Amino acid sequence: MTMTMEAPVPVFDDESAARKLCIICSKGSLDMAYPGLVLANAALGEGIETHLFFTFWGFDIINRETMGNLKFMAVGNPATHMSPMLMGLPGMTSFATHMMKKQMEDIDVPGVPEFLEMVTDAGGHLWACRMSADMMHLEQKDLYERVEGIISAADFIELSEGAQVIFV
Amino acid sequence: MTVALIQGRDIHVDAEGFLTDPGEWDEGLAEKLATNIGIALTESHWSAIRFARSDFEATGETPTLRRMATAGGVPTKDIFALFPKKPAKKLAYVAGLPKPVGCV
Repeated sequence: MTMTMEAPVPVFDDESAARKLCIICSKGSLDMAYPGLVLANAALGEGIETHLFFTFWGFDIINRETMGNLKFMAVGNPATHMSPMLMGLPGMTSFATHMMKKQMEDIDVPGVPEFLEMVTDAGGHLWACRMSADMMHLEQKDLYERVEGIISAADFIELSEGAQVIFV
Repeated sequence: MTVALIQGRDIHVDAEGFLTDPGEWDEGLAEKLATNIGIALTESHWSAIRFARSDFEATGETPTLRRMATAGGVPTKDIFALFPKKPAKKLAYVAGLPKPVGCV
């Protein structure tokens, strides 16, 4: 049954529903870098203020030295559905990493550095953890240039006031 | 399914107002839809809309922002400037396409 009526107009700018999202990225393996990046990208596309906070091993995602070279660790990873003995063989990590990168490329998901560029082009904010920086003896110049600052845990708590927080 | 009267024509739309039949879309309708959401179409909007339409025709899917950038040549920053806040959905609405389903 159909009826003719005035066309509804989608509500795209509902200010009362303003959301803020903070994503804590604490893991630096290739497979664990993606969840935070994908969610950030999706949130930004929905007009949500989005912050990514990189801490501990998540630092590898924004460290210039490592960001383009994250690894998918096959050994001990149940997602491979293969024998841990086999996964521990020499060369298996680089093989698994290569496979994962290829799968991502096939579905047009960018590599980590390009993904960070896309997320910041979309208005996302990148923050580095002070303690991780101190622990790893890294400074702002060692980090991806679009990282806005190295901030303390207390700064992050302030930043995330009123936000929804996702821990990866 | 709702049939709505837009610019004197019967147009099929869903509950939110997105066209359900991309074949009912034309450029005049796009102007009206854009006005509905406070956007005045410029040539830059049009090139994004035309790419989205042709890509949908070719693939059967509404392009995501990533695809708009890589295949459509519309950089992410630009698409956010053209269709602020929710660019993929706004673009789909104006282009008479379903909302994109891809994650990236």
